[in-house]
Amino acid sequence: MAVQRQMTESDSQTPRAQHPLREVLQMFVGNRAAVVASVILLMIVLAAVFGPMLYPTDPFEMVWAPFTPPGTDGFILGTDYLGRDMLSGLLNGGRVSLTIGLVAALMSVFIGISFGALAGFYRGVVEEVLMRITEFFQVLPTLLFSMVIVALFGASLTVVTIAVGIVSWTAVARITRAEFLRIRELEYVTASRAAGASNMVLMTRVILPNALPPIIVQAALMVGSAILFEAGLAFLGLSDPNVVSWGQIIGSNRTYILDAGFTVTIPGLAIFVTVLSISLIGDGLNDALNPKLRRR
Amino acid sequence: MAGQDSDHALVVENLSVAYPLKGRDRAGARRRLLAVDDVSFAIPRGTTLGIVGESGSGKTTAAMAAARLVPHSGGTIHLDGEDFGALDAAALRRARQRVQIIFQDPYSSLNPRLRAAEIVREPMLYAGRTDRAEQERIIDELFEAVGLRPEQKSLFPHQFSGGQRQRIGIARALSTRPSLIICDEPVSALDVAVQAQILNLLKSLQRQFDLTYLFISHDLGVVQHMCDEIAVMYMGKFMEQASRDSFFAAPGHPYSRALLDAVPSIEAVDRPRPPLLDGAVPDLSEPQTGCRFASRCPHALPRCENEVPVLADATGAEGHHRLACHRADDIGPAASG
Repeated sequence: MAVQRQMTESDSQTPRAQHPLREVLQMFVGNRAAVVASVILLMIVLAAVFGPMLYPTDPFEMVWAPFTPPGTDGFILGTDYLGRDMLSGLLNGGRVSLTIGLVAALMSVFIGISFGALAGFYRGVVEEVLMRITEFFQVLPTLLFSMVIVALFGASLTVVTIAVGIVSWTAVARITRAEFLRIRELEYVTASRAAGASNMVLMTRVILPNALPPIIVQAALMVGSAILFEAGLAFLGLSDPNVVSWGQIIGSNRTYILDAGFTVTIPGLAIFVTVLSISLIGDGLNDALNPKLRRR
Repeated sequence: MAGQDSDHALVVENLSVAYPLKGRDRAGARRRLLAVDDVSFAIPRGTTLGIVGESGSGKTTAAMAAARLVPHSGGTIHLDGEDFGALDAAALRRARQRVQIIFQDPYSSLNPRLRAAEIVREPMLYAGRTDRAEQERIIDELFEAVGLRPEQKSLFPHQFSGGQRQRIGIARALSTRPSLIICDEPVSALDVAVQAQILNLLKSLQRQFDLTYLFISHDLGVVQHMCDEIAVMYMGKFMEQASRDSFFAAPGHPYSRALLDAVPSIEAVDRPRPPLLDGAVPDLSEPQTGCRFASRCPHALPRCENEVPVLADATGAEGHHRLACHRADDIGPAASG
């Protein structure tokens, strides 16, 4: 009896309007690794944003004897080969690394979506031209190409960010194009077209929102790879010499890796943990946004 | 057939749709696939024309071309007496609200990111009807008309069943008060029990709002229930065109008879089964020299393969009944069971 009553009650009730995003959030929260990674990344971001204010030591100033081991003389992470405070370097470098990662990823998402959306929507000649351009960028050796850009235009933060962005948008373009090719054939797009939607509205308001999930996942992963990319350039001395970044700390201390390993391992660990967190978040987003895995 | 007849919601004359193919034929002309070949029909306001045919017969393409969602390669389209086929891109976008479509698949025809009310609102936004209060009034009215509850307006498509989704699709099609609604197999994807509900809903809405339907189906039972006039399409051409009663009383074309014979029925169980059609369908990328059905027709003569039959009034039929068959008079109208 009780069971029966319960059933009729739930039958007569209209299900609450549940936004698709809430479902995604529930799935994401169910993924433990992704949640832990989000917490860690949040702490890293907070440290990079507020750390330099709370710990105002200049990362370029020589404050103590070189190679002071971590934990001695009040230097939590020790000092590097010029006697500069490692903790200050790490906090300030985090700002730069994260900013470059974020801005470069945003840039490649913007270029990639533009190329992919136009190619997938208009097909034909537009698609041919845009995808050939994409392939051209795809086959360029990425590190070499970005080194050429930095060498030509100078090692400023802006140039490095643009260089990283320019070499990594092709994946987004291909994913966006594939999603547009799939979604443009669905009947709700025809319905919107039949109702009088312009091509611009169809692309930006009807197709793009439905194409976003895999693009978001790719964008998240790209923040990680952009950080790695910048670290690589900085390690080679091709980053802005006037700002600290994690890669640059590793690069400048690399000669002393055997004498004072911590000067290299600490920023290395920072890169590792950050990129790993971003990858785990990306994986979590992928599972949460992928409707095939979503339970009904 | 009167081109500017304003008693008709839609008048289509000599409509053709050709898809370009790769390569050229022996004469050096670009090869193309003629999916719809010289099709004409007119739908009086408030009535339903059914187009039946097997998969790939071009019935959906013909309807989409009439709605100008597929480019037509020839012919004229008049909507409410206005030359809809000749509108330029900007004028066409404004006029699109007058032809709406109810789709086959209720799962892919609703944008999963929009709430039910927004789906119904969307056509009004594109049509420039921006008065919010007026929109809400129309949405409320349509939800009631299609049998959805007001509190379901804020739900997302995945929270509805197939039949309910189809009701949302119908409400969307009605929201701009179109002159013509194309129903593209609107019940083929639904359960049999739900099919009847949706068909009856479509009929009652037609009475309520004086709607004109172009109804596409492969199911003759559904067409018999829904349509005032029926056109049988095969490989891009109309084979037979008649009022419903005349068609079901005396289907004249061998292809129409084969379609009707293929409908399973309880009375027919004891009767000898008519032979199934064999033979291959013609390749539409080649120019057709004769009747498209000749390769499968049990009555085919050499003439059928060398001369394209044209739609002509059937002899002895009551009312409006046209056939495209060289042997219509020889084989006579069949008394169908």
